[in-house]
Amino acid sequence: MAFTAFAGGASAPAVEPAARRRSPIALFLLLPGIFYLVLFFVTPLISLVITSLQEPDPLIFGQYVNAFNWQNYVSVMEQYWSHALRSAGYAALATLFALLIGFPLAYFIGITLRPYPLVQSLALVLVIAPFFISFLLRTLAWKQIFSVEGPVAGILSSLGALPPGATITGTTFSVIFGLTYNFIPFMVLPIYATLVSLDLRLLEASNDLYGSPATTFRTVTLPLSAAGVMSGTLLTFIPAAGDYINASREFLGATDTAMIGNVIEANFLVLQNFPAAAALSLILMAFILVLVAAYVKRSGTEDLL
Amino acid sequence: MTNNEVPKSGFAEAGADLELVGISKRFPGFTAIEELDLTIPAGSFFALLGPSGCGKTTTLRLIAGLEEPTAGRILIGGKDVTATKAYQRPVNTVFQSYALFPHMTILQNVAFGLKRRGIQNADALAHEALQLVELDHVAGRKPTQLSGGQQQRVALARAVVNRPALLLLDEPLGALDLKLRRQMQVELKDIQSEVGLTFLHVTHDQEEAMTMADTVAVMNKGRIEQMGAPQDLYELPHTAFVAKFLGQSNLFTGDVISSSSTSIVIDAAGSKIEVPTARAQRTSGRVTVGVRPEKVTLHDSEPKPQSGRTVVGPGRITDVSFSGVSTQYEVTIPHLGAISVFAQNTSISTLHHDGDTVWLSWAVDHAFGLADEAEAEPISRFHADLDTSMIAVQTRKDLEAELEEA
Ligand SMILES: Nc1ncnc2c1ncn2[C@@H]1O[C@H](COP(=O)(O)OP(=O)(O)OP(=O)(O)O)[C@@H](O)[C@H]1O
Ligand SMILES: [Mg+2]
Repeated sequence: MAFTAFAGGASAPAVEPAARRRSPIALFLLLPGIFYLVLFFVTPLISLVITSLQEPDPLIFGQYVNAFNWQNYVSVMEQYWSHALRSAGYAALATLFALLIGFPLAYFIGITLRPYPLVQSLALVLVIAPFFISFLLRTLAWKQIFSVEGPVAGILSSLGALPPGATITGTTFSVIFGLTYNFIPFMVLPIYATLVSLDLRLLEASNDLYGSPATTFRTVTLPLSAAGVMSGTLLTFIPAAGDYINASREFLGATDTAMIGNVIEANFLVLQNFPAAAALSLILMAFILVLVAAYVKRSGTEDLL
Repeated sequence: MTNNEVPKSGFAEAGADLELVGISKRFPGFTAIEELDLTIPAGSFFALLGPSGCGKTTTLRLIAGLEEPTAGRILIGGKDVTATKAYQRPVNTVFQSYALFPHMTILQNVAFGLKRRGIQNADALAHEALQLVELDHVAGRKPTQLSGGQQQRVALARAVVNRPALLLLDEPLGALDLKLRRQMQVELKDIQSEVGLTFLHVTHDQEEAMTMADTVAVMNKGRIEQMGAPQDLYELPHTAFVAKFLGQSNLFTGDVISSSSTSIVIDAAGSKIEVPTARAQRTSGRVTVGVRPEKVTLHDSEPKPQSGRTVVGPGRITDVSFSGVSTQYEVTIPHLGAISVFAQNTSISTLHHDGDTVWLSWAVDHAFGLADEAEAEPISRFHADLDTSMIAVQTRKDLEAELEEA
């Protein structure tokens, strides 16, 4: 087959159909993936949609029957719009802070440490080291550190920066802090991945063409690491918006810091209002999908998704 | 232009002279440049020639400010720029690796330097520069959508468009075919002489260096071996390296057996070779002398001794390669070794054949004496990577030897 490409000469070579035809083998190879998606994504999604449209069973209290009760969506939005807004706000702030901390860190590891490969891999291990301990335990540890008897509160009160009776935990600050802390690695790793393969000769070329370090960063480094920033912000924002650990009362939050995730959790597990919880979940999903699509479109990196 | 500002003064009115004073560059465990002193007058076209890895790119990087010298000073237009940053120097580089910005279009690439300096009609000027390298029709593409030669021309346009006082060109035409290369050489020369800019041109192509440059410097192992006008460098090389790197040379080593105020004579394995004293770097002891292949004449019979001509032979022709305009002969003379001869094919009768016995002669005035000694075996099996044509010749010889053995 390879020889026909050269032997063709002036006569038009016959079209090679075999390569273009959709082979049944490809479909066969895709089967496990399709099966996985149907089982773990499509099925729960359908079940969620059905649940979100259910209405209370008129006979048995606490049971729900299938219906087309779309008012569920309206009522949860009326009831919980402030939580939704708070979620978006907290997640956006946490993403911003994670970016502000994560980019310089990724830059340092990916570019500054490039001449020292050993230190570089060590630094990278340090970034992912927190994953060796459970997410819950780490968040609980921060609760301890920020608690009234903890060192941070102690120092702040002795300096008079913390009014008597005030706490660090259970505030907007501690929730956003927890979100930022927990998602920083998700920001650092994709940015690092783009920066580590950045051709430094391009920065030199910019320098040679009168680009000061700041200009070079803005016009060369940043655009060339945009894909990493993009996936980093998405990987941070999406889970942060739906997070229900950091904002919960058992961890770093309080009732007035509850995010949409906490509401969904409460509706599913405490209030057992399954349709409301399902409707909220779907709204959250749709909201994130729209936001992400708009973001990706704006950044012009369609091939990312 | 203050010291911490991008040069905004528009285009250079004229070239600036460049002066390197005692420049050294040491990398951890490797000395790339040793004690380099170099002065390039404003408005000149200076070519830097040298084998791969001799430090040409490093020299350019030092001048551009992308690398800091271990010792020494760099002066551009009389101003010490050793401590200034790359973006503050009135210098642009055509990089050996092109280094085009992959996220920008060709036009944006070319306009980059102009925009950084806040020049008004940057896009129009960039289009002009692209027309110069015949690539205006791809202005909207990204660098990855161009061929290697096209990318190289964009790199050229991106640097030239800035009209810097000093332009550094690191093998800017290496990826182009012969025709385009000649055309670009003419364009470059035009730009250079038109504004009187200073060009520092690094190339592997000796012909390019010879035809374009006012001054050629031959660099070897981080040092400049010899510098001068192309013709002087070719006609009177000072070292064995220059004699062999710049074109071909026949070299002979022997002891000086007589010397006068006008000439010296050496005894190379029984053959007496005369060199004018004025053209000899050394006049006593063991001396290597040489002559260019095109200066040597072939004789069918032993020529009569004649004053002002050196005669060697007899020898046997061991290789004939016909190349149209001229023929290259390889003549082996016992004890003296192989000698190359280029003969113009002015008439059919002058054609000699493999195995013929011949004598060789050349004018004494064409011989040159070197400052150092050629190695005993100039072309060994473990050849230094001088240039590709040398390697090609060597490979062909190796192959022939192998075929003969088989
Ligand atoms: N960053 C570096 N660290 C260590 N050695 C280096 C470094 N950069 C260059 N060198 C060495 O310095 C020498 C000169 O390199 P340079 O790039 O100047 O060669 P060159 O003359 O431009 O060669 P070529 O014609 O192949 O481009 C080489 O031997 C190279 O290995
Ligand atoms: Mg080089």
